[in-house]
Amino acid sequence: MPKLNIVESVRDALDCEMKKDKSVIVIGEDVGLNGGVFRATDGLYKKYGNKRVIDTPLAESGIVGSAIGMAIAGLKPVAEIQFDGFTYPALDQIFSHAARIRNRTRGRYTCPLVVRFPYGGGIRALEHHNESPETYFAHTPGLKVVIPSNPYDTKGLLIAAIRDPDPVIFMEPKRIYRAVKGEVPSKPYTVEIGKAKIVKEGTDLTLIAWGAMVRECMKVAESLDNVNVEVIDVRTIKPCDYETIFKSVQKTSRAIVVHEAPLTLGFGAEIAAQIQERCLLQMNAPVLRVTGYDVPFPYFKLENEYLPSEERIINAIEMVMNY
Amino acid sequence: MKKTVAKFEIQYVQILNEKGEVDKKLEPKLSVKQLKEIYKWMVLERTFDNTALMLQREGRIGTFAQSLGEEATHVGATFATEKVDWVFPDYREHIAFMMKGVAIKDLLTHWGGSEDGMKLPKNTNMFSVCIPVGTQTLHGVGAAIAAKLQKKKFASLTFVGDASTSTGDFHEGLNFAGVFQAPAVVVIRNNQWAISVPRTCQHADWGGCQTRAETLAQKGIGYNINSVQVDGNDVLAVYSVVKQAIDNAKKGKGPTLVECVTYRLGPHTTADDPTRYVDSKTLKQWEKKEPLTRFKLYLKKKKIWTEQFEKQVRKEAKQLVDKGVAEFEKHKPKPTDMFDYVYEKLTPNLKAQRLEWE
Repeated sequence: MPKLNIVESVRDALDCEMKKDKSVIVIGEDVGLNGGVFRATDGLYKKYGNKRVIDTPLAESGIVGSAIGMAIAGLKPVAEIQFDGFTYPALDQIFSHAARIRNRTRGRYTCPLVVRFPYGGGIRALEHHNESPETYFAHTPGLKVVIPSNPYDTKGLLIAAIRDPDPVIFMEPKRIYRAVKGEVPSKPYTVEIGKAKIVKEGTDLTLIAWGAMVRECMKVAESLDNVNVEVIDVRTIKPCDYETIFKSVQKTSRAIVVHEAPLTLGFGAEIAAQIQERCLLQMNAPVLRVTGYDVPFPYFKLENEYLPSEERIINAIEMVMNY
Repeated sequence: MKKTVAKFEIQYVQILNEKGEVDKKLEPKLSVKQLKEIYKWMVLERTFDNTALMLQREGRIGTFAQSLGEEATHVGATFATEKVDWVFPDYREHIAFMMKGVAIKDLLTHWGGSEDGMKLPKNTNMFSVCIPVGTQTLHGVGAAIAAKLQKKKFASLTFVGDASTSTGDFHEGLNFAGVFQAPAVVVIRNNQWAISVPRTCQHADWGGCQTRAETLAQKGIGYNINSVQVDGNDVLAVYSVVKQAIDNAKKGKGPTLVECVTYRLGPHTTADDPTRYVDSKTLKQWEKKEPLTRFKLYLKKKKIWTEQFEKQVRKEAKQLVDKGVAEFEKHKPKPTDMFDYVYEKLTPNLKAQRLEWE
């Protein structure tokens, strides 16, 4: 089985679906001859031509808005937005239209669209290139929000997203784009959207994370001898697999959510609320959150001070265990 | 060195003047049947408009955006499309829906406060009402790009208002249309008002207007798109120019921007009071130029229009609208539908919320 990293898995998934389904097209800035600034579409232009791998003018609302028109007219566009911070000009099209077309027309029209983009900090990038905007999307009814953390899930979830009849926001953790290689079958396969995964079993405490933070949580979980930590990779924050989370927390009686986005109204707040509604009496400690601070993502000299670190996660674990 | 590297001009097209006199050289070749049909649609839109206004005043529908005075633009442009062509409206082109086969009942259901109204018939390429102005430009252009990619022979017709030309999405849409040579036609219904802000500047050095550009059509020039200004109260001119644009689009000759200069004779919506800002003299001048009277004069000269024909057309329009009202008033939305159409399948959260509602 070939070993791929996350960015190669993205390309592999796009290739599989473009081969299988002629209505799948890729649209975005620099996705053509250049193969995308992270090379996620490398080679597709040569293989499928400029009518299916479409370089657009630099206009994010234009990319998503025209992709919506294409989806209405029968295509399955996969729109690439170059960086997290540049999804903002397209939010109106995503919130006001992509998310609502099915509901507004009571199912007469649908919007099978994928908007994928690299997200998160940790790569010494410029301002606006480090955002974790998952809450904005998850808050909007009608959207699905998928965030893989490893190469196998990336391919399976992206194929599932392309085949999904509803708009999917697909966020790729750029910090670990090339950090991990894993076995990825060359055939197309799907990983179900809406299913979390227990990546490490444990008995004392549940760490809940997605994207690049799964790796940080795993490092912590494996480094601790005195606490037996269970780690959940949420994989899809909308719809979120609360059943898996509840089951784990009911077993461990303790939970910490870890994410890069700022604390206030980060998706950790929603998970914590859901846990207290369903598991209050089984809990031995309050649910804690280890997250980015409520500040604009700092320029790169301070980014490691902002991002949840192993040390901060360990401190939170100590607080919860000693509660 | 200095030299002119590009030069542009915008043409204005009028075929039927305010007295109903026709420019013989430009007169489109329409059959008597087609001319009668155009008149019927215009009368139907006016009839629907009056009835909807009454329904709103009586609290039987919600806020309503009238089309009064803009009938030539809506009917002329839509009449230029074929069944295969897509129409992307904003919220004022009620007749475009009817011309594309949508029932009056459904339109009233929409304005009566239910999503059920936009569950449009399966066999029509009419898209739903779009409220955020200008955003639909990209949908129309995107659908046209899809036609080109799939080698399908349809064009898209997108309606936007004059204020839409101030939005980014309008410009991104035109740019995409130009770049991909999309078979797209964008019609600007320039009714001169964005609620209370006029299209044309009143002050030499300050705002309070939509744009300082001489025409809205010229905004297409920046994207190398065929751009024309038309008398939007002249249904023959609107039809001819849009028909040519649709034909060109389908022949691979690229997109067209058509500015139809008309006038909003009513309020922005029923929630608006235009007496606060519209000068009554200007309004009276435009009332004289309204499109139905002009087209009627033309049909009269052609001996198509008779008192009898008028009576018949009005009667038919009233019957159709009355039937639509009666059907609409029987409609009741199903509350659980608000959960059932967010996604193809209910998510676990929505399932729980739906259960809680029940």
